[in-house]
Order: sequence, then structure tokens, then C-alpha cells
Amino acid sequence: MSQSLYEQIGGEAAVNAAVDIFYRKVLSDERINGFFEGVDMDKQAAKQKAFLTMAFGGPHNYTGKDMREGHAHLVARGLDDSHFDAVMENLAATLKELNVPDQLIAEAAAIAESTRNDVLGR
Amino acid sequence: MGYTIHYNGKDYDCGDTETVLDALLRHGESVPYSCKAGVCHSCLMQALKGQPTEASQAGLKETLKQRNFFLPCSCVPQVDMTVALAGEAELHHVSAEVIDKTPLNAHIMRVRLRPEGEFSYHAGQFVNFFRDESVVRSYSLASVPALEDFLELHVQRLPGGQLSPWIHDQLAVGDKVMLSEALGDCFYTRGDPAQPLLFIGTGSGLAPLYGIVRDALQQGHRGPIYLYHGTRSREEIYLVDELRELAAAHDNVHYQPCLSREEAAGFAHGRANEIALERHPDLKGWRAYLCGNPNMVEASKKKIFLAGAALGDIFADAFVHS
Repeated sequence: MSQSLYEQIGGEAAVNAAVDIFYRKVLSDERINGFFEGVDMDKQAAKQKAFLTMAFGGPHNYTGKDMREGHAHLVARGLDDSHFDAVMENLAATLKELNVPDQLIAEAAAIAESTRNDVLGR
Repeated sequence: MGYTIHYNGKDYDCGDTETVLDALLRHGESVPYSCKAGVCHSCLMQALKGQPTEASQAGLKETLKQRNFFLPCSCVPQVDMTVALAGEAELHHVSAEVIDKTPLNAHIMRVRLRPEGEFSYHAGQFVNFFRDESVVRSYSLASVPALEDFLELHVQRLPGGQLSPWIHDQLAVGDKVMLSEALGDCFYTRGDPAQPLLFIGTGSGLAPLYGIVRDALQQGHRGPIYLYHGTRSREEIYLVDELRELAAAHDNVHYQPCLSREEAAGFAHGRANEIALERHPDLKGWRAYLCGNPNMVEASKKKIFLAGAALGDIFADAFVHS
């Protein structure tokens, strides 16, 4: 059997390496960092880790309902496609920085993309 | 609607966004608590019926989680619950004798305590200090176990406070007090002994940092150690001579006292966190310890992370110290 995306990317070690890079990019990104003002960093980092694990095809227990409920307060504050695109960009740039091959980056991006409508409450 | 909390032989209603602790306090029950944020563990309870929420068990030891212990301050119940206060076996309270009380300035009292029996801790951890069964506050440990056989606290007087004025005015040498075991994750751990370390503290948030810096040196840390301590004025700063001596005795220790509202020779003018970040714009590979004003701690945590330090290398004490 061929390796899963999660195994090919490098499993939990890859997620751990990606969390700091990804979260730093998100917090530095003027387009979206307003949504993270006043958020507890340790709790947020744990959420980023869960998100990246999911995008890497790893074990997770996110449901569409969680995605909707978890982002509803941000949608109320104006979260839209442009912000979702910005996060997707940061995700791809993070994986690029970790020298993940383009094919795997595309697979991870497709998984993250599949949450768009739930995240944006549509 | 909410759920029902059974405690002490009575049933209490709990609002649907209310925590178990808030519900019990609202109904007039006396429960020990301090931080109300899941940090100090002084309100620890056991659920005899009804599963506590995951959030209310975060940070507890596995052995406690398995027995359904939880923090009522962080538990908005999802089921009806029957709860009881944790017993002595879980709380590990120790009695300690006050052996010294010395003012460090007009606002801060150094209190030294000798625990009766075994007491293990890391410099920088905190203890919950009990005035009686329900009045409890958390204080960080400034002492170093390998260097000192007493526990040292720096208690800032909070006018109108429940505990600090009592410690300043009533507590006497020879008195016995109750303490919790040492808690918290803000302490020196052996890693790369050459890693640069940045310490930023405001007010009596210096206490744990004073312990951690000396603990790091005692454990053979060779990398540069920068300590920035900030207060508003000269009248509020303390341990200046001791820290200057420490810096003079160790080539790798750099100490910078900062005053935000006063200019004085030997002191930097400005906020400690801003001065530190200005002088160390690139913190990739550094480890940082932060303590004091919660706004300063939160803001600095973010800036230090953005300046390149890994999240796992940023240690912060979560208490209000001033």
C-alpha cells in the first residue's frame, strides 16, 4: 500500500515544524492578523496544529459543524473569501519553506480548500 | 436552561454559560479559588457524577484526570454534575513557618518560609498561599532549591486586597501558614547551555525571574542572559544592588533596570519590554521568560514570537503580580 499524504509529508514532526512557521506568517499578515488580536497564543497554536494535521491528511476529528461554529464569530466580523485565500497562501508558503514537493502541497491545499464553505458559514 | 450542580447535599442551578465555580459562589457556597482562569488549581474539585468538560481538565495530571478531577472555574457543565472539593491527598498542602519578613521597598515585602517536611519545586514555579480555607492567592517562588533552604516570595501590597495587606501588616515571623505544592511550567529546563536567554519582568514579576536566572547559572548555563526589569519609578524598583552584583560576578549576565516615568542615572528610560525588543530585534534561537503585567506579557509574547523565537521557547507566568 502506498504511503498516506500525512506519512509522506512527515507526520507529527512535520506538523510541529510547520506550526511555528505558519502561525508566524498568519500573525504577520496584515490582511488577516486583525482576527487574531487578543487571542491566547498557546490555545491558538494548538488550533493551528489541529488545522495543519487535518490539511496534511492526518488524524483529526473536525466536523463541518465544528468549522461553522468555530468561525461564526469571525464571519460576523467580516471573514470572507479574501481572508480564506490569504490563509491558503500562507499554508502553501509554509510547506514550500519546509521543502515539501509541489504535488504534496497541492494535495494539502485541496484538503484545506474543502473546508471553505463551512468556515465561511455558507 | 443550564444544568444542576449537586454540591454539599444541595442542588444548585447553573446557567448555560456559567461555570460550576461561578454558580456555587452565586449561591453563597464558600469554595477556595484565586485566578479563575484554570491556572492556579486552587479550586480543584472531583466530579462524582457527570463527566467534566475537556477544557476543565487541561493541565491536570493524568492521574487526576482519570479520577474525574477538574477545575470548576473552567467548567461550563454539559451534563448534571455531582461535585466535591478535592481532599488533602490531591492538594498536597504543606505547612510552612515564616522565618523572615523584610521590606524590599515601600510596596514589596520579602517573605521567607521554611516548609515542614519535603518540598520539591523549581525556581520560578508558584505556590498558592492560604490565609484561611477560602482566601488564597498565588505567589511565585524567587528562591532556588539548590542554593537556599527556604522559600522566598515577593509580596506586593495591593490596597484593598484580601491577602497582601494581611501579609504585610499582620503576618509575623514564627507564624505557620498553609501552602499548596509548587505549580506552573515557567522554569529553567536544561537544553542548550549556550542558548541566549531573555528575561522581561515588571513590578514584583521580578520574583520568579530572579529565581530562574540564578537557577540557570547554578545549572551551568553559559549563554548570554539578559534581564530587563521595569517599574514606573525609582521608588518601585527593587533588588537593584543584588542584580548588579550578580551581573558583575558573571560575564554572561546583563542586567538592565528600566523606569517608564522617571529618568535617572544607571536606569534606562522607557518600558522594559519595549527597550528589550529594541535591543534584541532578532530572537531566532532564543528562549524568553516573561512575568508581570498581563498586558505586557501578552503583547511581548507575540512580539518575541514574531521576532523569531519558537513558541515552545517562550515561557510566561500567567499571574497578575501588580
